[in-house]
Amino acid sequence: MNLKELVTGSSGEKQFLLGNEAAVRGVIEAGVSIAATYPGTPSSEIGNVLSVLAKDANIYFEFSTNEKVAMEVAATAAASGLRSFTFMKHVGMNVAADSFMTTAYSGVTGGMVILSADDPSLFSSQNEQDTRNYARLANVPILEPSNCQEVKDMVKYAFDLSEQFGLPVIVRTTTRVSHMRGVVEFGEINDNSSNNDNHWKRGHFNKDPSKYVPVPAFAGDMHVRLWDKIHKIGDLTNKSKYNYNIEFSDDKEYGLIASSSAYNYAYDVVKFNNLNVNILKLGFSYPFPQDKVVEFIKDLDEVFVVEEVDPIIERETLSAIGAKNLDVIVHGKLDGTFPLYHEFNSDIVAEGLDKVLNFKQDGTIKYSLGLTKLQKDLPSRAPVLCAGCPHRAMYYGINIAIDEMGLKPEEVIFASDIGCYTLGINPPYNAADYLLSMGSSVGDGCGFSVSTDQKVASFIGDSTFFHSGVSPLINAVHNKHNFVLTVLDNRITAMTGGQPNPGIPVDGMGDDAPEISIRKLALACGCEYVRVINPFNLEQVIKTYKEAFQRDDTVVIISKAPCTLIKGLAKKPPVNFVEGNCNYCDKCVNELACPAISKVNGKITIDKAQCDGCNVCIQVCKYGALESGR
Amino acid sequence: MFAYRSVNMVRSNQEGEIMDNYYSIYICGVGGQGIIKTSTIIGEAAMNQGLDVVMSEIHGMSQRGGSVSTELKIGGFNSSIIPNQSADMLLSFEPVETMRGLDKANSETKIVFNTHPIIPSSTDKPYPSVDSITKTLKENFKHVLPIDGTQLAIDAGSVLALNMVLLGAVTADDKFPLKKESVIDAMKNNLKPKFHEMNLKAIESGYNSIKG
Repeated sequence: MNLKELVTGSSGEKQFLLGNEAAVRGVIEAGVSIAATYPGTPSSEIGNVLSVLAKDANIYFEFSTNEKVAMEVAATAAASGLRSFTFMKHVGMNVAADSFMTTAYSGVTGGMVILSADDPSLFSSQNEQDTRNYARLANVPILEPSNCQEVKDMVKYAFDLSEQFGLPVIVRTTTRVSHMRGVVEFGEINDNSSNNDNHWKRGHFNKDPSKYVPVPAFAGDMHVRLWDKIHKIGDLTNKSKYNYNIEFSDDKEYGLIASSSAYNYAYDVVKFNNLNVNILKLGFSYPFPQDKVVEFIKDLDEVFVVEEVDPIIERETLSAIGAKNLDVIVHGKLDGTFPLYHEFNSDIVAEGLDKVLNFKQDGTIKYSLGLTKLQKDLPSRAPVLCAGCPHRAMYYGINIAIDEMGLKPEEVIFASDIGCYTLGINPPYNAADYLLSMGSSVGDGCGFSVSTDQKVASFIGDSTFFHSGVSPLINAVHNKHNFVLTVLDNRITAMTGGQPNPGIPVDGMGDDAPEISIRKLALACGCEYVRVINPFNLEQVIKTYKEAFQRDDTVVIISKAPCTLIKGLAKKPPVNFVEGNCNYCDKCVNELACPAISKVNGKITIDKAQCDGCNVCIQVCKYGALESGR
Repeated sequence: MFAYRSVNMVRSNQEGEIMDNYYSIYICGVGGQGIIKTSTIIGEAAMNQGLDVVMSEIHGMSQRGGSVSTELKIGGFNSSIIPNQSADMLLSFEPVETMRGLDKANSETKIVFNTHPIIPSSTDKPYPSVDSITKTLKENFKHVLPIDGTQLAIDAGSVLALNMVLLGAVTADDKFPLKKESVIDAMKNNLKPKFHEMNLKAIESGYNSIKG
């Protein structure tokens, strides 16, 4: 499919879309004018697609420096009467939370929708937090699509809902919904034509401090108005078309309540095992549709609640049972029927249901011993830094510097951050000892430097530095902390698929943009020792780190070289192996650990297809067995 | 009261819906082999034939040399994840990755795999011999179909056509519910015209390697 069809496709047309692409179509159908994000898996493709389509779709789109800024861009657009969309991964909500919480108080004029993508089983995240808690914390409605069609439909519906009640609305996906592909039937597109010289529509902000400025005198009333809205929406969720029953049986013995991707598993298990269990699917789950749930469970003996991550619907159901004094047993996460963590699948759901319904027959397949043994001894294939990755060169160099200074590994703490370079955790680099969140490496450097006598080296990527590394750097200098901060400036936001950031002269819609200098920023923060190094020059790397570790202030080293995955970079010739010179020390294989270098049948082998010609291995080899292909 | 049957055994459900068109494929390999594109092409072909289809893919690490898999389910499924032991086909781009995907297979599953290994660089354990993988698979499964997909791709014009060879191999399965023509149309809709001729050649050679 050509992505342009997300803009040009007419109502009734069907496409096989990724959940994230379906979200973009929903945004286009809703007539959104302003969209902002900070990239984060599993929501990243929404931004990648919007970045390409923004101009065709009359949308202003930006990659904001972080999720809080994106939230503020969306909130003010909505306060100015425009439809606005912001989206992020679940932990991005933590960054955005400060402004998000108050957006619920001030409310919106144009529709505002926040898509937050949860990551059960942590495919690419540091925790499994459940966005549905944020809906309750801030008191805003939440929709939970289960498939691509629902992603599209619910995003569009969320804008109508948001405008109707003057509240932001959350759409919660999970990895399996964002990264599911399915058939999506398009709907009508709302007009969002521009009314000015830009490609997007401009709104107008009507001043009203009592609505938009939450000083104590006004914020109290705002909270009252918020509850009033939520009570009204509560009536709506009980009747919502997104909360519906699926009848599999006339029996009133067992029922099942499910949402999001967990609903898909539950539905399939019930259907394919012919279970006599009716299902209540909750797609619009906060304000909790208590009447709808009570109506569904009141005549049942036992009800299953199938949901991923936190037992939220389960607790709401128990609370409804208590409030209405019903006699229904609830099976969910709290009684151990289903796991309290990690994503579900049909096997996990079947196993849980089987604890009560006893329908499964033993389906274990007995394999031969040979197969079992082979499976046990499979070589692992963990993700690694790419061949030619500038991060590998820097990690190799800093470890040499530390070793040559006579420091033991335990004498240097590596505070890492979020990006490709977190892969430095793996041997032989072992360059990640502590990590909390985006930008935490800098604040962690501050803490370790006053709490221990160990040396501290913090690592942060260029995009992550702009995201939330600057204010802790100011803290570090002002409070006289002593650590070496390395900014791994690879000229892109790499891990999420190559989005631009303020350090490069392009914006989210592909237009020219001012490039923000990390070096000047570090100097302006008050750092006295700021060095820009070429990580592929090992001698320079080692020399600079030796200098840096001897200082007693906050030091910034900018390791600057482009990510090898950036499109259009000139391809350098691969390295040649000169067998006669090889001393078989295996340093290139074991200490550099480049995926393009391996030892096959006792002989060093360069994978010419992978080798990026970074030539770091040539500097590692003391025997001249590796030489430049130039 | 209830009888458990693995999903692919069920050929009609409560509503008496005929389930002959239900077909699940687990596709696995290494990042960069074109696995997601192959799966998307099959999915789009299914949609164009008017069938329900869902697919699951994992993003984020694929360009960094890690294991990659997608799951594709044609028919009236809601979940895009294939339950254990219920794939109709396991299509593997790499020998060791085949071994990692076996949880999805049962004794009836067609196991089609590319015999050309991609050896991980810094590895904890030695790479097993491909012959031992083939032999062990044949001891345990009825339909094991190893093909030298990488060589067939090179013969068709480029090693990058490996995914097209394997796409052709899928269409050769008697139970596969899509027509080869729909798969070819979807390929043309998803890949650049200048590669169509080579891709067609690759699809044919993959098809013939199973049918022949």
